[in-house]
Amino acid sequence: MNRFAALLDRLGYEPRRNAKLRLLVDYFRHTPDPDRGYALAAMTGALMFKEAKPGLIRGLVEERTDPELFRMSYHYVGDLAETVALIWPAPGHESVAPASDAPAIGHNNPPPHVPTLTEVIETLATTSKSDLPARVAEWMDALDETGRWALIKLITRELRVGVSARLAKTAVAQLGQIEPDEVELIWHGLEAPYEDLFAWVEGEGPKPESGNPAPFRPSMLSHPLEDEDFAKLEASEFLAEWKWDGIRLQAAAGHGSDGRPVKRIYSRTGEDVSRAFPDLVEALTFEGAIDGELLIVREGRVQSFNVLQQRLNRKAVTPKLIAEFPAHLRVYDILFEGEEDLRGLPFAERRKRLEALVARIDDPRIDLSPMVPFATWEDLAAARADPATVGAGPDADAIEGCMIKRANSPYLPGRPKGYWYKWKRDPYLVDAVMMYGQRGHGKRSSFYSDYTFGVWRDGPGGEELVPVGKAYHGFTDEELVKLDRYVRNHTVNRFGPVREVEYGKDRGLVLEVAFEGLQRSTRHKSGVAMRFPRINRIRWDKPAAEADRIETLEKILERGEKEVYPLHDKEPKRQKG
Amino acid sequence: MTLENARAGRGKPIWDRENQPRTVIPPKAGIHNRDGTPPCPDRGSESLCAGNDNVGVQAPHPARIPGSPAPSGMATENLIEDSASPRPDIDRPDPIFSPMALRSTDILTQTPQGLYCPLGDFHIDPVRPVKRALVTHGHSDHARSGHRSVLATRETLLIMAVRYGADFAGATQEARLSESLRVGDVTVRFTPAGHVLGSAQIAIEAGGTRVVVSGDYKRAEDPTCLPYEVVPCDVFITEATFGLPVFRHPDTRAEVRKLLDSVALFPERAHIVGAYALGKAQRVMALLREEGYDQPIHLHGAMERLTEFYKSEGIPLGETPKVVASERSKLAGAIVICPPPSIQDLWSRRFPDPVTCFASGWMRVRARARQKGVELPLVISDHSDWDDLCRTIRETGAGEVWVTHGQEDALVHWCTTHGIKARPLHMLGYGDEGEAEEPPAATAEAGGAA
Repeated sequence: MNRFAALLDRLGYEPRRNAKLRLLVDYFRHTPDPDRGYALAAMTGALMFKEAKPGLIRGLVEERTDPELFRMSYHYVGDLAETVALIWPAPGHESVAPASDAPAIGHNNPPPHVPTLTEVIETLATTSKSDLPARVAEWMDALDETGRWALIKLITRELRVGVSARLAKTAVAQLGQIEPDEVELIWHGLEAPYEDLFAWVEGEGPKPESGNPAPFRPSMLSHPLEDEDFAKLEASEFLAEWKWDGIRLQAAAGHGSDGRPVKRIYSRTGEDVSRAFPDLVEALTFEGAIDGELLIVREGRVQSFNVLQQRLNRKAVTPKLIAEFPAHLRVYDILFEGEEDLRGLPFAERRKRLEALVARIDDPRIDLSPMVPFATWEDLAAARADPATVGAGPDADAIEGCMIKRANSPYLPGRPKGYWYKWKRDPYLVDAVMMYGQRGHGKRSSFYSDYTFGVWRDGPGGEELVPVGKAYHGFTDEELVKLDRYVRNHTVNRFGPVREVEYGKDRGLVLEVAFEGLQRSTRHKSGVAMRFPRINRIRWDKPAAEADRIETLEKILERGEKEVYPLHDKEPKRQKG
Repeated sequence: MTLENARAGRGKPIWDRENQPRTVIPPKAGIHNRDGTPPCPDRGSESLCAGNDNVGVQAPHPARIPGSPAPSGMATENLIEDSASPRPDIDRPDPIFSPMALRSTDILTQTPQGLYCPLGDFHIDPVRPVKRALVTHGHSDHARSGHRSVLATRETLLIMAVRYGADFAGATQEARLSESLRVGDVTVRFTPAGHVLGSAQIAIEAGGTRVVVSGDYKRAEDPTCLPYEVVPCDVFITEATFGLPVFRHPDTRAEVRKLLDSVALFPERAHIVGAYALGKAQRVMALLREEGYDQPIHLHGAMERLTEFYKSEGIPLGETPKVVASERSKLAGAIVICPPPSIQDLWSRRFPDPVTCFASGWMRVRARARQKGVELPLVISDHSDWDDLCRTIRETGAGEVWVTHGQEDALVHWCTTHGIKARPLHMLGYGDEGEAEEPPAATAEAGGAA
C-alpha cells in the first residue's frame, strides 16, 4: 500500500504527461504481481467493489477527534480525504482526541500490520457493509499520512491524480515496447490483477486472447474554437455538423469465436454501458464500430438534455423507462466496418461508408447526424445562430452549436490538434455586482474564489441589489489573486467562510457573467437560477450603478423558456464541464 | 538614567495604557511544576550595553530555589497585592523594590514593538527599532537591525552581522546558553530552541514567576543546531505556525530519500529545491549528506554567505558551489538549492527541465503545494508540528499559555480543553487569518522559515 500511496502522491503533483508515464512505468517495473495489477485496475476504474461513502470516513474520524479541532482543520485544508488522512490519530496519540476521553488505550500493542494493496482490495471485495468501518479503521491506524490519503482515495473510488485509463495502459505498453492500442484491443477480455497482461508485455508469456470481438477504440475529441481561429482556417477544407446536446457513445458489434453476436455500447472513456441501454443494443445489427450521440427521441423529435438526464444513472432499466425515454443514437463517424479498420481514411470517405452502413442498418433508433452545408464561415455563423432554418427543424432546441471537421482528417485517439473543432452557441452575458466571496476548496482553499453577484431591482427603499447567482470559474489564476485581494480589502461582514463585500450605487465591483440559460427558481430570492454561470470579464472600470437590472434577466428568461427548456422541465441545472 | 527614573518610567509607558491589551498573569498556586529545574547559576552584572547608562545592571543575586512554592493568588492588571508578594527565598537586590508589590505588567506586556518586559526595560524580537532588544534567533522577522543594543546568542549576533553588516546595532552582547543574567529587575536565561543555528528561548524570572518566550522552536532532530531543551515555567509563550492537528511532520530522512529517488528516476532533469536561506537550506544539505549524497550541492547566490557561516561554525555541508548563470543549462541531474520565491522565477526555468521542489512544513497540505506549482513537496519544517506543540506545553508544566502567531485558535482550544489557560496574542505583523505568514514570496531571504 505504501508504494501505491507514494505513486499516487507523486502523480498528483506531476503536471507533465511524460513524467507521469515515467512514474507509472517505474512503478509497474518495480512492483510485484498482483499489487501492480490491482494498481492498474484502480487507475482504469476496473475494480469491482462497493465503494465506501465519504460519510463512513467522516463518521470514523469524528469518533476519534475533537469536533472543534476537526472543523478548524477541515476548514483550513479544504478536502475531506486529506483532512482525515492528516488528522487521523495514530493509536496512542491523544493530542487531537476529545479531551474528555479516557487516556489512550492499546498503546502497548505491537505496531499494526501495514496492509498491501492486494490485501486491501481482496478484503474490500468480501467484506460486508457492517464490517467495513472496522476494517477501514484498522488500516488507517496502520498507515501513515500519505498511506491513509491514498486508502481513502482508493476506497471511495476518487483517485483523481490526473491519470486516465488510457495513460495507465500506455505505461503498461511501454514496459514492453508495444503500441498502446494493442493493449486497448485486448483490454476488455482481461481481468484484474492482469498477470497475463504483464507477463506478455514483459516477454514472459503469450499474448492474452482478446476475448472481446466488440472492443472499445479510443474516441477522437475536438478543441473549442475561438473567434480568432477562423482567420487561420480555410472554410473549403472543412465539413460541419450540428453539435448535439447529448451524450457521446461508441457502439461496437461483432461475433465471438462461438459465432454468437456480441454487441456493446461504450461511453467516450471506454466504460461499458450496454446494460443501461438494452433498447439501443438491440438495434446494433451490424459488425464494426460507430461513433455518435445518445439522444432521447419522441415522435421523431429530439428532446432536451434535461429529458435525457432522466434516462441516465438509473439502477433498473424498466420497460416503462424505455418506453418513456426511448434511446436513440445519432451517428457521425465510423471506426471499423467488419474487420476493416477505417480510422486511417479521410473523414469525407468515412462519412460515405457510414451513410451506406446506416442505410443498411435501417432502424429508426439509429440515424445520421446531417451535414450542415456552408461555403464561408459567415454562412456557418448564420446556421449556428438559427439552426431551425438550415434543416434542423424542431430538433434545433437540442443543438448547442456546430462541429467543424477537417475533410481529410483521420480518426485519431485523444484530442489531436488541428482536425476537429467545436463551436458552441454564444452564452448570455449580464453585468452584475459582486456581493459575497466564499473560500474555495481543493487547490483554491486559501482563496476567496466563489463569488455571489447581484443585479439591481426596485426595493422598498429604492434600488437594491438582489443576488442572482454564484460563479467560481472563468477567470485566470492571476485574476483570482486580484479578486481574492479585492474581497479581503473590501470586506464589511464575515459569515464563516463567506465574506460580504462593499457594494452599492457608488461602490462595488462589476463582474460580467456569462451563462447558458435561465430557469425560474423558488429557491433564489430573485426568482431565477442561472445555468452554468462563469465570470467572463472583470469590469474594474465599470461603476456599480451601471450594472444590469433584473428586467434584463426577465427578458432572457421569457425567451429562454422557449429556447433552452422547450418542454418546461423543472430539472436541476446541468453541469457539463 | 537612574534606577528611580527607570521605575518612574514604568508608570508612564510610551504607548497608551489602554492599548496594553494583555498582560502576563501569574498562574494559580500549585498548577505549575518546578521539579527538576536546575539551579540557575547567576552570572550577575555583565554589562548589557557597555559604555551606555547602567540601567538594568544589578548586583548579583542567587538563583531561585527549585521546588519552591509558586506565588499564590491570581493577579490581574488591577489586582496587585498577592501575586507579587516578595518571596522570602529571593534576595531582592534593591531594597526600594521590596515594599512594592510586583504587577503582572512588570513581567511582560505586549506593545506595538513586540513583547516588552517593563521590569527589565527590554523588548523581545521587536519589529521596530528599540533601545534594548533580546533576540531569539536570526530570521529576519525576529532579528531586525537598528536597535540601540542587542542581547543574543553568539551565533545569532554573527548571523545578524552577516545579514545586516557589522553595525546592525549600537551595541551587542553575547548571551551564553543556560547562564542567568540580570537585566534590570529580572533574570533572563537563554536556552536552545532547536529552530536554527543559534536559536534560543528566553526565560524571564521575577518575583517567583518564570515566563518563557520560546521564539520559534522545534523538537525534531536537526544536525545543524542544538536540540530544544524544556524549561519548566509558569507562563509559556509559544508560536503556533503549524498549530492545527493536520500538521504532523514526517521523518525528514524519508523526505530526503524522496528527493534522492526522484533524482535517480529523472537524471536528465535538475531538481530545484526551494528552502529558506537561513537554517532550512543548511539543514537540507546536512540531511542529504547524512543520506550519503556526495555530489556537489549547487547554491543560489542568496544562500552563499549564510552557508559559509554555517561551515565556519564547524557544520560539515560538503561541496556547495554557487550556480553560475551561464552554466545552468549544464546542471542536469543536479540538486540546486535556492530561496523559495526563486523556484517560480525565470531563474529556475533555465535549468534542464527543472523539477520544482520545496522544503517546508506547508508542503503537508497538498493544496498549498499545488498553489505554488510544486511538483515534489518535501515536508521538512523548522517549527514544531501539532503533536510537539502540545507535548511541549505539557512538559513545561505551564499553567498558562500565550500563542503569539500562526494557527492560534486551535492551539488555544486544545489548551483550554486540557485545563490550561490560554489566549491568542494576535501579534501585529502577521496575517488576518493565519494565511499571510505562509512562505513570504516577497524577499529572497525571507525570515519566518517554515
